[in-house]
Amino acid sequence: MSVIPAAVSRFFHRTASSPHFYALADRFIPWLTAIFILLLAAGLYGGLYLAPTDYQQGDSYRIIYIHVPAAWMSLFIYVLMAIMGAIALVWHMKMAEVMLVASAPIGAGFTFIALVTGSLWGKPMWGTWWVWDARLTSELILLFLYLGVISLYGAIEDKRAAARAVSILALVGVVNIPIIHYSVQWWNTLHQGPTVSKMGKPSIHVEMLVPLLLMAVAFKFYYLIAALQAAKLELLKREASSQWVKTLLEKQA
Amino acid sequence: MTLTAAFFAIIRRDLLLAFRRRAEMANPLFFFVLIVTLFPLAVGAQPQLLQTMAPGVIWVSALLAALLSLDSLFRSDFEDGSLEQMLLSPHSLSVLVLGKIIAHWLVTGLPLLLVAPLLALFLGLPEQAMGTLWLTLILATPLLSLIGAIGVALTVGLRRGGMILSLLVLPLYVPVLIFASNAVDRAASGLPVGAQLNILLAMLLAALVLVPLPTSAALKMSVN
Repeated sequence: MSVIPAAVSRFFHRTASSPHFYALADRFIPWLTAIFILLLAAGLYGGLYLAPTDYQQGDSYRIIYIHVPAAWMSLFIYVLMAIMGAIALVWHMKMAEVMLVASAPIGAGFTFIALVTGSLWGKPMWGTWWVWDARLTSELILLFLYLGVISLYGAIEDKRAAARAVSILALVGVVNIPIIHYSVQWWNTLHQGPTVSKMGKPSIHVEMLVPLLLMAVAFKFYYLIAALQAAKLELLKREASSQWVKTLLEKQA
Repeated sequence: MTLTAAFFAIIRRDLLLAFRRRAEMANPLFFFVLIVTLFPLAVGAQPQLLQTMAPGVIWVSALLAALLSLDSLFRSDFEDGSLEQMLLSPHSLSVLVLGKIIAHWLVTGLPLLLVAPLLALFLGLPEQAMGTLWLTLILATPLLSLIGAIGVALTVGLRRGGMILSLLVLPLYVPVLIFASNAVDRAASGLPVGAQLNILLAMLLAALVLVPLPTSAALKMSVN
């Protein structure tokens, strides 16, 4: 017998059907939005108001409350996309395809935000908008990887085939990301070392750290909301001629 | 027919096809020389400047030449239906694909070695770096063909795949570019290059094993 309880496997089977997924997303989004706003408010208040000023960087360090969570998200979403790609290729799960495709523009957006805020921070700190520093460069290459995924999906007419192509590409990309990251790091580094994940005690004050973590969780919730919305739209586009979409439209008209 | 026989049959067939169209074979080579020629015209002909830029210029040009030649890897087979025959054959598609990639490298990658001394001469690359330049070309051009094969397999079904192909493949070429041009650069100043060459070799071996799998999956997707 299967090790997975019947209720769990039933939940997965039902989620795999488009109308059910659509209704479920509709039900979750308001809750997710409420949690996101609470976390965002707490994180921003803590980060911009409560956290002490840095003795070296003054107030300009506060951009990390956007920059660092966005940079984390950029990598996190790509890895998630690769996992969904693997699920889509192995089990042919339609929802994994849809979520993968929906995630790509959001991930590209976070990568772009991380690059722009990094550049804004670099101007007062390094005295220049752009430095060919290891982490900035690998973030830029990550942006190109996202753009590749988005444009490949857009170019293939048959959307089932496009989703499979994108799944393969996401898997190839995720194998390459560490190689690219370390080769670029080896090539050159100017960036300040990681301050949060250092072994033992992080070299950041607790009052600065807590808002940062709050913001990181808030960004994860934002990603969930945005991905679900995009997935809903993708479902409507893909199944525009199916019966459940017609009923849905009639109900809302 | 055994798998080994099929593998070599694919290589022989592709080489034969390439030699029947010799003009096409020479194109990436001319392109390679042409791009390198453009650099002195654009940045000025100061020997000092050209010498410092030489490893990077040669490697970026090699990258672009490889990119340009990639499209021929599966295109004609896709159009005349031999790709479908390969998919239907009882042999593992990954192995056949590896044969095609090797044949493609023999035709487009290996000739780059012949013109490399000429370009090194153009740019004033020190003689002591010549051996390393050859070594990096031997190790890294097959890598370019291998990584590129994934991109071509994904885009071969598209009518205008060229632009997307470069967007997919160039970011994946970054590590190759870094290690190869750095090795030549260090060799030019007389420093040891063992680490760079070892990493290139490691990447080549990993790619030889791993690349045929996503490539054959992508080809199946493209043909359907």
